[in-house]
Amino acid sequence: MTQAGWPLWEVFVRPRRGLSHGHVGSLHAPDAQMALRNARDVYTRRQEGVSIWVVASADITASSPEERDSFFDPAADKVYRHPTFYEVPEDVEYL
Amino acid sequence: MSAGHDYSGVTVAGPRERPVTDPTSLHTAYLLSLGDDALVYAQRLGEWMTHAPQIEEDMALGNVGLDLLGQARALLTRAGEVEGRGRDEDAMAMLRDEREFRNVHLVEQPRGDFGQEMARLLWFASYQHELYTALVSSADETVAGVAQKAVKEVDYHRDHATQWVLRLGDGTPTSHARMQAGLEAVHPYVAELGEDFAAARWAAEHGVGVLPSTLSDGVNAYVADVLEQATLSMPDEPRWRARGGREGVHSEAMGYLLAELQHVARSHPGATW
Repeated sequence: MTQAGWPLWEVFVRPRRGLSHGHVGSLHAPDAQMALRNARDVYTRRQEGVSIWVVASADITASSPEERDSFFDPAADKVYRHPTFYEVPEDVEYL
Repeated sequence: MSAGHDYSGVTVAGPRERPVTDPTSLHTAYLLSLGDDALVYAQRLGEWMTHAPQIEEDMALGNVGLDLLGQARALLTRAGEVEGRGRDEDAMAMLRDEREFRNVHLVEQPRGDFGQEMARLLWFASYQHELYTALVSSADETVAGVAQKAVKEVDYHRDHATQWVLRLGDGTPTSHARMQAGLEAVHPYVAELGEDFAAARWAAEHGVGVLPSTLSDGVNAYVADVLEQATLSMPDEPRWRARGGREGVHSEAMGYLLAELQHVARSHPGATW
């Protein structure tokens, strides 16, 4: 049970019904079931959630910092893509 | 251990002592047996912080310990109320001496390796699960309330131990051997969990508590099932076994544990922050 032998897992918690799971952090665990339990102990001690997902970090394909310019900068001057020209009713909290 | 010692009115007779028969003492003693198991094991589990295989496991065992501490606080507070001598939870936890503690020997034993801790947690959480399930209908409303909340907590403790026993037992040859050794090491302490004692007999008769012997079948069945799945074997009947904790007779480890637990509170009486 060497420390190097425990893979890394990404943890996603849904704060309450109606919201989506958000990434809260990562942790080590020997397998997925233990990762889920560790996530319960590390990230939901203070009633932070009603549902947990864990994903092996190795299974996530991520954009790299070098790709930042081509990935994200072109969106900077496309103001017409933002829905700021609509009136949002006051009662709609999460849009 | 001569006859007639007054252990603050909460001591139930040991083998050579005058039997205590008044309801207040028996009720208090029963509450202390429940609360002290939780308090003392919380102390042992707290020792795992920074010693577990990973920081995630530090957190898990710390959480289990804190759940138990919460149970202990409510039960010791209630014990002080029933006793009626003005002792609150702090006086119960910090100012009683070894002979007044009514926990089983299992929970006071020093920390072994991780496998041994999972063996202890599997037995103890399985016992507490059966116990609190039964105590949900206690005539003592505080006990019923604690049981209702705690049964969910200990369900998780039992699951945590189960997951580890399965993985270590059915893991590598080394993990299997060490898990089996852990089970052997705790086995002499297991029978005491299912042993009836005077205060429990009173509590069962009056609807406050449950006879420990009636819980053993459920506990044994659960643990046996886990061990079978984990390819481990139930240890043979031990050649000796612990006894006496419910009457305040403890092992050598208990004095050291209490010294550490109570040191600050006794050095600075009444201190607050």
